[in-house]
Amino acid sequence: MIAIIDYGVGNLFSLTASLNYLGAETKVTSDAADLEAADKIILPGVGAFEDAIKKLEGTGLIDTIREQIAAGKPMLGICLGMQLLFEESHEYGIYKGLGLVKGKVVSIDEDLKAAGRQIYVSPAGEETLKVPHIGWNALSFKEDEPLFKYINQGDCVYYVHSFYGRDCSESTIATSEYGITITGAVRSGNVYGTQFHPEKSGQTGLNILRAFIDM
Amino acid sequence: MITKRIIPCLDVRNGRVVKGMNFEGIQDVADPVEMARFYNVEGADELVFYDITASVEERGLFTDILTKVASEIFIPLTVGGGINTLEDFDRVLKCGADKVSVNSGAIRNPGLIEQAAKKYGDQCVVLSMDIKRVDGSFKIFAKGGRENTGIDAMEWVVNGVNSGAGELVVNSIDTDGVKGGFDLELLDEIASRVNVPIIASGGAGKMEDFSELFRHRGIDAGLAASIFHYKEIKIRDLKEYLRSEGIEVRL
Repeated sequence: MIAIIDYGVGNLFSLTASLNYLGAETKVTSDAADLEAADKIILPGVGAFEDAIKKLEGTGLIDTIREQIAAGKPMLGICLGMQLLFEESHEYGIYKGLGLVKGKVVSIDEDLKAAGRQIYVSPAGEETLKVPHIGWNALSFKEDEPLFKYINQGDCVYYVHSFYGRDCSESTIATSEYGITITGAVRSGNVYGTQFHPEKSGQTGLNILRAFIDM
Repeated sequence: MITKRIIPCLDVRNGRVVKGMNFEGIQDVADPVEMARFYNVEGADELVFYDITASVEERGLFTDILTKVASEIFIPLTVGGGINTLEDFDRVLKCGADKVSVNSGAIRNPGLIEQAAKKYGDQCVVLSMDIKRVDGSFKIFAKGGRENTGIDAMEWVVNGVNSGAGELVVNSIDTDGVKGGFDLELLDEIASRVNVPIIASGGAGKMEDFSELFRHRGIDAGLAASIFHYKEIKIRDLKEYLRSEGIEVRL
């Protein structure tokens, strides 16, 4: 059984439906016993970092999450759930994250401006890079990463976000280009995170979730 | 790099997909779940469902269809039609929608966009607009394009984005159903004023219309209905053509 942590953040319909579609048993839960009984844990999330980390703390599950990870259970954070894995976030203030992945969460907009990359020139013409980064973007990933065993380099995944993980080169296992290099996925031991939404990324996303189910 | 999106639009009435021309002469096309499956395999980047029913019973039929689609097709789903309150947002999000499109509801209740953006996030709120030229300026039309509200379209767009609309669907009544190309003049006007994704709608007739569209700065997606429904253009062929024209698409 895969435990999907329910801490009142985001819509879990597609995530549950996609895992069930792949034949996995799921339980949306905020009960520590379910996390202990599960084979794997997913930390979802949509919205703002401060609100999410406070709500997650409010569930009283953080100690259980740490214990289960230490015991070797695979965990996957998705979108904001991935950002929560980092040491800190700079989204409207500075907030401490779970610290399971080294690095910080910062604004795409500020980094685009700092790099002078707000304009992208394609063969079809010039384009202003908008924030949030919304849509399908090609993924480049590290070979031999088990999460990507069923997909091909350059397959597109679906992103919706305004902040991204940075200074995390030792954990980064996948990236996408958007004027700057966006951290697409991270891994620290048995803890995984994807900035994109595998449950919204068509067949490619299903193939990533299938690889997670296999772990 | 982010790819340009191709989005088929499914107008659903009484459990069937229909398509009219200039909002009139509605014809029955097919089963929405079957069509969603077909478009997913064809490579559609997203699906838009508009509920154009009137009665409460038909509304239930629509959400049943939505739930069925969302349980087997895992690409972004936008839902519109009859969205007037936060309860309407809640109703379709619970059935698997990712984004909710407001049109007449935002005209009737100007606070709706802001309330919904605060509750569900900007990325969830799509402002859809039916726009027509009246005496040389662009006006917002309501009730499926039948009624001139007198609202200036450019002011409406900017206010909508400032209130929290995370994406725009711009439907030109002047070009809709005519198949003579998108309304590039209108789209350029809007793109120069906002920095959220713009989905262009109304007027696509051939593949070149899409390549021309995407050469205009600030347009993120092209939406169409009948040309895809009647297989006049196949999405996979369209995307291969766009890629050959140097436009980045997901294949």
